Amino acid sequence: MAEPLERQTIISGIGQSDIGRRLHRSGLDLTIEATLAAIDDAGLTVDDIDGISTYPGSGGPFGGASGAELHDALRFSLNWRDGALETSGQLGAVHKAVLAVAAGPATPGVVFRTVTEGSGKPLRAGGGGGMPAAFRYLIPYGVSSAANWIACYAQRHMHVYGTTREQLGAIAINARTNAAGNPKAIYTDPMTMDDYLHCRPISEPFGLYDCDVPCDGSTVVVVSHRDYAPDCPNPAVGVNAMGTALRGRPSWDQFDDLTTMAMRDSAASLWERTELTAADVDTAQLYDGFTWLTMAWIEALGFCGRGEGGPFVEGGHRIAPDGELPLNTWGGQLSGGRLHGFGFLHEGVLQLRHQAGDRQIAGDPEVAVVAAGGGPESGALLLTRGVS
Amino acid sequence: MSDVPPRFIDADDIDRFYWTAGADGRLHLHHCDDCDRFHHPPTPVCPYCHSRAVGPAPVSGLGTVATYTINHQPFMPGFEVPFAFALVEVDEDPTIRLGTNIVNCAHDDLHIGMPVQVTFEINGEYHVPLFEPREDH
Repeated sequence: MAEPLERQTIISGIGQSDIGRRLHRSGLDLTIEATLAAIDDAGLTVDDIDGISTYPGSGGPFGGASGAELHDALRFSLNWRDGALETSGQLGAVHKAVLAVAAGPATPGVVFRTVTEGSGKPLRAGGGGGMPAAFRYLIPYGVSSAANWIACYAQRHMHVYGTTREQLGAIAINARTNAAGNPKAIYTDPMTMDDYLHCRPISEPFGLYDCDVPCDGSTVVVVSHRDYAPDCPNPAVGVNAMGTALRGRPSWDQFDDLTTMAMRDSAASLWERTELTAADVDTAQLYDGFTWLTMAWIEALGFCGRGEGGPFVEGGHRIAPDGELPLNTWGGQLSGGRLHGFGFLHEGVLQLRHQAGDRQIAGDPEVAVVAAGGGPESGALLLTRGVS
Repeated sequence: MSDVPPRFIDADDIDRFYWTAGADGRLHLHHCDDCDRFHHPPTPVCPYCHSRAVGPAPVSGLGTVATYTINHQPFMPGFEVPFAFALVEVDEDPTIRLGTNIVNCAHDDLHIGMPVQVTFEINGEYHVPLFEPREDH
């Protein structure tokens, strides 16, 4: 295999704003805080940055801040910019920045995702004219939330494979337990299986604790060319492979398999671009907008066989920080806060730098997989300590 | 005060039939006259043979529950919770799934694999396809 282009890039800096339920700060304000922190973390200045990439960009119902707002606020002078919803999920913004840096127009570039769902409007498709095509046969039936659409897949997974609520609960409890080690986490009170099983129902089989927690916050990474790695003030994190595929239909309801989603394809394309395998992964930071999504990512990435995600996570030992696959060590979106994919990326970088503080996993982790998305929104990154 | 929920139907020229053809009591799906296959949602081209000879055609209105959820959270005003949402595989082509509400069925009885049939809710100018347990089961 020719060297995949992404190997030419590193994550040279990370930054994160304050995170909270109701910060009453604008998305732009949070984005500026995280951006300046990330640029500083990379040992760079605003003048060094010549690219901005964000998900999902302006114009949609998804809130946050736009690339143009950030561009103008800090008076960046850019060679390349992008912000769009139709991409490989939330991490698509990183995939595109990686390509832009490797191909030349931008080096280095900042990538951000900002959410203001804690104090603003929740991320939800609305009714009325101009409805996105993906939702026009769902909204009329009262299901405007991804909770409803993903619940249907979880239900089918339970029916076909015998997956249980307790198994989904192991993912929620793992997240809550890990959040206790994250000073920025939203929910840190211990959660028992009894708490999980008896929370109020949202959309069966999901209850409240299967759903992530909306918050305000901004997360930024700086993508640089690998040539910059020796000058990085922090350990460079290499981009070994990216998973971007969507080989099935781009649909929440017409995908060909109701027991998996587009992660089946993006995970497959990730492994097609690397010599590394699932066995090489030291920590997995996998999207948990809803508990079942994490299970589906575990299966899609090959940590277990199809349909075996339930037994894999059962009891929580395997996915605990001292288990064979430390999972969502920052508390995930379920307890850490719904940073829309970028919280996983931030944590993956911290763990590979060995800078995760009290929650640093043992064993000098060298390979992390980061994945985000549900439904047709799906993308992954395989990261390494040092240039890949 | 209407006794039907506000369904926010965003019908356009190509799919208006889906929400109106039930006036004659029959469910219609988009169909290709050249390769004789159904597809969903409606598109201006047959996704299988790329023919432009596509348009609505009646189907049996029979299907099977592929999966479902009972929604308890009032995400949308006007929809009384809890209610059942399902993806129904249609008999003519089980790869086509219709999002729908299951009505006339106790939530505890609803299950994957349940045979269902279409029924229509008159909602303003629309006949909204809903599904209910089949009478012959």
